[in-house]
Amino acid sequence: MMRTAIAAAVLGAVVGWGLAGGVVIARAQSPASAVSIDNFTFNPQKLTVKAGTTVTWTNKDDIPHGIASANNAFTRSKALDTDDSFSFTFTAPGTYEYFCYIHPHMTGTIVVEAATGSNATQ
Amino acid sequence: MSKFDRDDGVSRRKILECMTWVGTGVLWTISGGVAHSPGIIDEAAAQEARGLTFLQISDSHIGFDFKAPYPNSVGTLEEAIAKVTALPTKPAFMIHTGDISHLSLASQFDDADRVISQARLDVHYVPGEHDFVDADQKLYLERYGRGTKGAGWYSFDANGVHFIGLVNVFDLKAGGLGNLGNEQLEWLEADVKGRSASTPIVVFAHIPLWSVYPQWGWGTDDGAQALSYLKRFGSLTVLNGHIHQVMQKVEGNVTFHTARSTAFPQPAPGTAPSPGPMKVPADKLRSMLGIASVTFKQGEQRLAIIDTPLQG
Repeated sequence: MMRTAIAAAVLGAVVGWGLAGGVVIARAQSPASAVSIDNFTFNPQKLTVKAGTTVTWTNKDDIPHGIASANNAFTRSKALDTDDSFSFTFTAPGTYEYFCYIHPHMTGTIVVEAATGSNATQ
Repeated sequence: MSKFDRDDGVSRRKILECMTWVGTGVLWTISGGVAHSPGIIDEAAAQEARGLTFLQISDSHIGFDFKAPYPNSVGTLEEAIAKVTALPTKPAFMIHTGDISHLSLASQFDDADRVISQARLDVHYVPGEHDFVDADQKLYLERYGRGTKGAGWYSFDANGVHFIGLVNVFDLKAGGLGNLGNEQLEWLEADVKGRSASTPIVVFAHIPLWSVYPQWGWGTDDGAQALSYLKRFGSLTVLNGHIHQVMQKVEGNVTFHTARSTAFPQPAPGTAPSPGPMKVPADKLRSMLGIASVTFKQGEQRLAIIDTPLQG
């Protein structure tokens, strides 16, 4: 997990990053790998991360949402009620299109870049 | 044959009247092309003898209880059902146009069933996306899917009217709207094939079949194809929920109409940052779930809608 944190820091991630404590801490303290769901939109709509990054979606709306891969690249979340979160660790580089399976007009993209040099996670 | 066959010419095409909105439900009356005032009980009783009255409720969202001013989705559904049972004229049956539950939990369906059964009416359901949160739609279909096709679509006849319940909340695609899918479309085409064009058709589904506001997902991608199979019918009425407000559009012989929610209102298209629940003061909530009467006038294609708040 520390290597993931370093990789993100190299990307110029927001100060305060800290994944060392594992996924639970990552949810609270890793904005570069967080997607907020506000007003039926994913924010940011397009997120670029290094391979190995855990991305956490948090629903800030008063209505439930659900995260599903557009091409079944990852298992969909359970329905996320208000303030619920869902996390997935992207290990393989690529472009991951996803949507809300309850409100499918809501779409977003995670771009996973290869981890490089000493930051490689593999 | 049906009562409708006794009418000649264009009058038989104009057979749908939405008589009275009752609280959070919609009371529809279909009769032989004769308009009537719902305010006169004797006349209404006479209409019932010749026609068909049924009720629509929608979007009960049982389980959506955690935020003011919506503390009690069961309670507001109970109020709606109390209005149904207090009707002077008992409807023939009820339709529920989906989002029975908020999160497809068994306990939420249980609560909905317990309250709705107090109306002592047959209820014909179609699912909303909130009833299909579990990936295989098992909870909904076990309960409400008996005798249906595919993801829960079906048709039935009542008093010469052909009712079609469609499902447009499954197999949803990224970036898309509501979805019917090829299997259901083929079924629909076959279901209406060979029926007389004078048969009144009532289609009901959760998400509007016409494009209300695609920016908020308020439409069905292949809804136009479904309607293409139905446009030859002289009277076509499309009843939906999903948008938690009354909206109506008339196109020729097709009337589109959406019902209110029994749980919470949603904003008019484009009037808020998102289609999330409207934040209304608690003492105003029931004015958002109020009563509206809708009356068809012979010689006019449009239904006249008069909204009356349930409270205030």
